[in-house]
Amino acid sequence: MTCTEFLAQLDEMLDQDAAVPLRADLEEHLRCCEHCEITLSTTRTTIQIYRSHEIYELPEDLRERLHKAILAKCRKS
Amino acid sequence: MAAYEKLVKQYDRQVFRIANHIVQNREDAEDVVQDAFLKAYQKLNQFQGNSKFYTWLVRIAVNESLMRLRKRRTGKMVSIDEDVETDEGSMPRDLADWSPDPEALYGQSEMADILRRTIQGLPPGFRVVFALRDVEGLSTEETAETLGLSIPAVKSRLLRARLQLRERLSRYFKRDAKPAQAQDGAK
Repeated sequence: MTCTEFLAQLDEMLDQDAAVPLRADLEEHLRCCEHCEITLSTTRTTIQIYRSHEIYELPEDLRERLHKAILAKCRKS
Repeated sequence: MAAYEKLVKQYDRQVFRIANHIVQNREDAEDVVQDAFLKAYQKLNQFQGNSKFYTWLVRIAVNESLMRLRKRRTGKMVSIDEDVETDEGSMPRDLADWSPDPEALYGQSEMADILRRTIQGLPPGFRVVFALRDVEGLSTEETAETLGLSIPAVKSRLLRARLQLRERLSRYFKRDAKPAQAQDGAK
């Protein structure tokens, strides 16, 4: 397997939905390719970091203001 | 109305997050939240029980967000197909390994700032797929249905979004990265 072929299947590794024979091929490639190993682990970290940080927080005062505005508009409509 | 208020409270944070991911502007995101919930309320009788209320609501919020982006760009068409033909991110260039604990390199607000600026650099069609699939946890099928895209199109955009984000975050998180680099801004 080449790095390009591995990369095309990267999501299968990340989402853990590769079929068993394909998974074995991908893991075999990983054992001898440091670059793809790094690409896989750092892409996995990228997803984890975005998942675990609330980058667009909705503050409670804004939330209450939005609720009031939404319900008032709905009642009017 | 009390039942609808419950739905607003249940999904407002998610809608606000998705809107921000697309419009990249807090005031516009606030407007999107209001417009999306109002539109959903007005169209409740059109809601077919064959999809989840949440994915139906997200579809409305995504359309409202794209309309908002279009207004901001003074009428220029904006769609989720925009700029997705780029080759950027199709092959990793920065292959340096990352620090074992990248989150320890930056404070909470600095990290949020880095993540916001980094995702801002992606085309809207990549941002929205990444946000729905990886941040909100929708399945590939739900993301495709919500955005009106094919499953292969969702998979292709998701892969490239993930690789582009990884590439752009590398400068902050690689082993020899210095926290001071956070001041430079993402490309």
